[in-house]
Amino acid sequence: MSRFTEAVLPPAATFVATTLVAELAIRAAGVSPLLLPAPSAVARAAVRHAPTLWPALATTAQAVAIGLALSTVVGLVAAIALASSRWVERAFYPYAIFFQIVPIVAIAPLLVIWFGYGIRAVIAAAFIVSVFPVIANTLAGLRSVDPALRDLFRLYGASGWARLTKLSLPWALPNVLTGLRVAAGLAVIGAIVGEFVGGGGLGVVVLEAMRQQRTDLVFAAVLHAAALGLALFAAVNAVSRLTLRRWHTQEKDA
Amino acid sequence: MTAAEAKRAAPGVAVRVQGARRVFRARGEPDVVAVDGVDLGAAPGEFVAILGPSGCGKSTLLRMIAGLDRADAGTIAVGEGDARDTALAYVFQDAHLLPWRTVEDNVALPLELRGRDAATRRDAARRAIEQVGLGDAARRHPAQLSGGMRMRASLARALVTEPRLLLLDEPFAALDEITRQDLDDQLRALWRATGMTVLFVTHSIAEATFLAERAIVLTRRPARVVLEHAIDLPAERDAALRGDARFAAETRALYAALARGNASAAA
Repeated sequence: MSRFTEAVLPPAATFVATTLVAELAIRAAGVSPLLLPAPSAVARAAVRHAPTLWPALATTAQAVAIGLALSTVVGLVAAIALASSRWVERAFYPYAIFFQIVPIVAIAPLLVIWFGYGIRAVIAAAFIVSVFPVIANTLAGLRSVDPALRDLFRLYGASGWARLTKLSLPWALPNVLTGLRVAAGLAVIGAIVGEFVGGGGLGVVVLEAMRQQRTDLVFAAVLHAAALGLALFAAVNAVSRLTLRRWHTQEKDA
Repeated sequence: MTAAEAKRAAPGVAVRVQGARRVFRARGEPDVVAVDGVDLGAAPGEFVAILGPSGCGKSTLLRMIAGLDRADAGTIAVGEGDARDTALAYVFQDAHLLPWRTVEDNVALPLELRGRDAATRRDAARRAIEQVGLGDAARRHPAQLSGGMRMRASLARALVTEPRLLLLDEPFAALDEITRQDLDDQLRALWRATGMTVLFVTHSIAEATFLAERAIVLTRRPARVVLEHAIDLPAERDAALRGDARFAAETRALYAALARGNASAAA
């Protein structure tokens, strides 16, 4: 319990203090709510528009979850394939980097052309921006397997499948989780950009609110998207704490 | 299981290395001759220490015997055929346990990879864990163990297959002196109980003297044999022997050879 308090209390205090300072400063300076609404105004908008925001959040969350799941599966399979030989890595890795450098805003319209309006284009956008960190981190993990353990598995005549499932993949798990932590945040960004073009979810709420000059609602929607990213990040952290607790000494202090 | 039964179950095998040579080539760098024309051997059930300065190619030699590396020239014979057909086990410089497995599951790994059923694996693993005196720690993870306990687990993992040849590559070098002597005692007792052949690579003269029946001293890289020396000490050895005059005489003989090996390579 005290550990929980230790972890939660400082950021909560920061949040309350910043919100309070922002509220007072914005009121004192008399900033137009069109430019920068006070936190209280944003909170009011969030409550008033909850019937719009919550279903939108659910839609975005669904696209992010599916996109991230795809990234995990495709990223793992791709990394295993790339790790299988130096030649495969040399031939394909440069093209995997494409996913890293692709400007998602620029190709989002293309995704709509391919997948039509709706959740499929949004899922594709979330997937494209989040797959590379999974590939790169998993590959680094698979490449870093202790050579002595590789020798040990060879000595006892382990099959390729046994080497993969009993050695390489578990060895790479901390790296996979690091990749997923990065991918979770990116998937939310990808989904919102996808929704700007493909429609649906919080992305559309942001666009509509902007057109109606409802800055408070823009803020409320953005905060919902941020909360989604944060929740995913926390979920990955929880998984990594549970699985890695006993294996890796460094994880004990993390 | 009595010592005699154990000997019948897993009798040691002979090892014969003739003219072994290994050269490491890397692009843009001069070739490194790690091992050059080494002849050595071990009789079935013998405990042989291979002694040489750090980085002299001892590990390379051991890896070739294990079949983990290929000799560029010469022949290496283990038992009747080659290393792959013989039950051999290898203990590395560090414990190299799988951090996500308990001690018991780490020890059972070799049997798992060889497709033995769960009950056989569990029984054999527990027996090996008892043999190395790690009974209380079977359910713990490597991160929760001391360096000495991790090394014991590593030793148990090697013993679980009842190897006919045990290869050890400076296994206790990273441990403190007391823990190391403790493990030396235990290894010697295990060898006596099982009758397996043991090749023990070390750079410690005292350790080689205490453990082995015979010591083979290698030169600096490229490794060659400078001395084969039968260690004239009683079979029953305990901690007190380390202070004995006979022990000191044996270490002096090995020390002289080691110094000679250094000098000849430098000349």
